[in-house]
Amino acid sequence: MNKGAKTISEKIIAAHVGHDVIPGDLVISRVDGVMATDTTAPLALKAFEAMDGKQVFDKDKVVLVLDHAVPPPNERIANLHKLMREFAKAQEIKLFEIGEGICHQVITEHRYVRPGDIFIGADSHTPTYGALNAFACGVGSTDLAATMMTGQIWLKVPESIKIVCNGKLQAGVSAKDLILFLVGKITISGATYQAIEFEGEAFENMTLASRMTIANMVAEMGGKTGIVNPRGLQLDYEWEPIYPDADAVYKQIFEFDVSDLQPQVAAPESPDNVDNISKVAGTKIDYAFIGTCCNGRLEDLHAAADILKGKKIKDGVRFMIAPASKGTLLDAMNDGTLQTLIEAGASIITPGCGPCVGTHQGVPGNDEIVISAANRNFRGRMGNPNSNIYLAAPATVAASALTGEITNPKNIA
Amino acid sequence: MVYVYGNNIDTDRIIPGKYTKTLDLSTLAAHVLEDLDPSFSKNVQQGDIIVAGENFGCGSSREQAPIAIKQSGIAVVIAEDFARIFFRNAINIGLPVLEIGKHDIQIGAEIKYDLKTGEVHDLTADKKYTAVKLPDIMIDILNEGGLVSYLKKNKTYKLN
Repeated sequence: MNKGAKTISEKIIAAHVGHDVIPGDLVISRVDGVMATDTTAPLALKAFEAMDGKQVFDKDKVVLVLDHAVPPPNERIANLHKLMREFAKAQEIKLFEIGEGICHQVITEHRYVRPGDIFIGADSHTPTYGALNAFACGVGSTDLAATMMTGQIWLKVPESIKIVCNGKLQAGVSAKDLILFLVGKITISGATYQAIEFEGEAFENMTLASRMTIANMVAEMGGKTGIVNPRGLQLDYEWEPIYPDADAVYKQIFEFDVSDLQPQVAAPESPDNVDNISKVAGTKIDYAFIGTCCNGRLEDLHAAADILKGKKIKDGVRFMIAPASKGTLLDAMNDGTLQTLIEAGASIITPGCGPCVGTHQGVPGNDEIVISAANRNFRGRMGNPNSNIYLAAPATVAASALTGEITNPKNIA
Repeated sequence: MVYVYGNNIDTDRIIPGKYTKTLDLSTLAAHVLEDLDPSFSKNVQQGDIIVAGENFGCGSSREQAPIAIKQSGIAVVIAEDFARIFFRNAINIGLPVLEIGKHDIQIGAEIKYDLKTGEVHDLTADKKYTAVKLPDIMIDILNEGGLVSYLKKNKTYKLN
């Protein structure tokens, strides 16, 4: 064993603190970016003020995003948005307005995060940027306020878990099916406090969007961060990939052959309650939803449009789509995807978190069953504790909207 | 009073997302744990204790979750272990949390605890547990009453 051998996370942290680190070390690190949303920013701004924060540490590195409740469904939230706008203006920092998209999508699209960065977001799905070979952690509002003020975060260097997926995914089986499968195996608490590294053939051909879907659900394993090995990652700017050393030390290594993987579904009421779709196929659904930081990107809308082209969703089923960003919406408009989806019966809502957080834009009724491309199906997640949510890939959601029951997209001709 | 819940109590159960978008934090306590234990907010009294299984507070980064618990009057959350963002948030807002590993504390047990030593004594079963020691920086933050006061005083983070 080479004592100096490092995982990706250890390399990124060491580069930021200027000395070697090992798991368990407490460090104070500079950060490359900070983000908060309309769920977390209002409390963070209040804390920032209470800490005697005057100016953010770097106005080009602090970003606010209106995405969790957009447009605002009531005056209370409208006033929180107003507070955020006023802060952004006074501090001369970037605020992404209503309709510009979900925080993780706009931060990535607008390059506020880059490979090798340490990024702190006041949203639990911040590990999404691990798709970009970055070390990204979610925090709450007060931690975020502290980072906005100091440009620093205190961290315990995490142990790393490696998840190796060999084999190629079959046609019609997506990154979402793979990550649902892995959440089922690792469980919702299996990676608590730890960094995950994903590597292997199954990830190497993945688009950035698919890698984001993978890293996104690190949150559903309790992970501090999750980084996809950059092998095969294509970005349209100059960057330096960070690979783990061959003899880096992992707390655990999981290895799977995923070449036979079938579409996966997480049944109520935990994202790790995962099984092959055959276990729940035929379950009647009332409501289908595609969107979120997990699966609201163009390739996800394409997967749905491929299933629905020239068809109509089942009578009595409603189908909401929230594109991940304005860019996604425009791309889907320009290439005809939106037309296909709307003609099939979908209703398009403002780019943002949509109904995922249970605040508005499609709360399910009592005893209704939702099939969703989101990442969480906890009781009450979508705003009604008397409804049930199944999580699946966009293709499965579209196929289920078409038939009115949970349906394997491979069975749609 | 000791309230005992199971594993993986997520933040949607602690405080549903529909209530989180507010700066009037006193409104949160009325909804704390409402989908899990609808009577909780009516019965809870100042100084009561929540005891839970593993991965308490998993899910969202919403700091409203520990705030809602603190607002309700709960003095300490004792669990086998915690989800990491919830754990940081709790310390940052000054809600004491004790991670004691596997336990068999039952509803209604009489419990004594000492935040300084981390000792938790289940008087009913006469069983003692010792909480995992916090990193020094977290003890400093908790001693200051939370991260706001800590940073107001120190201006920056300090590692001992």
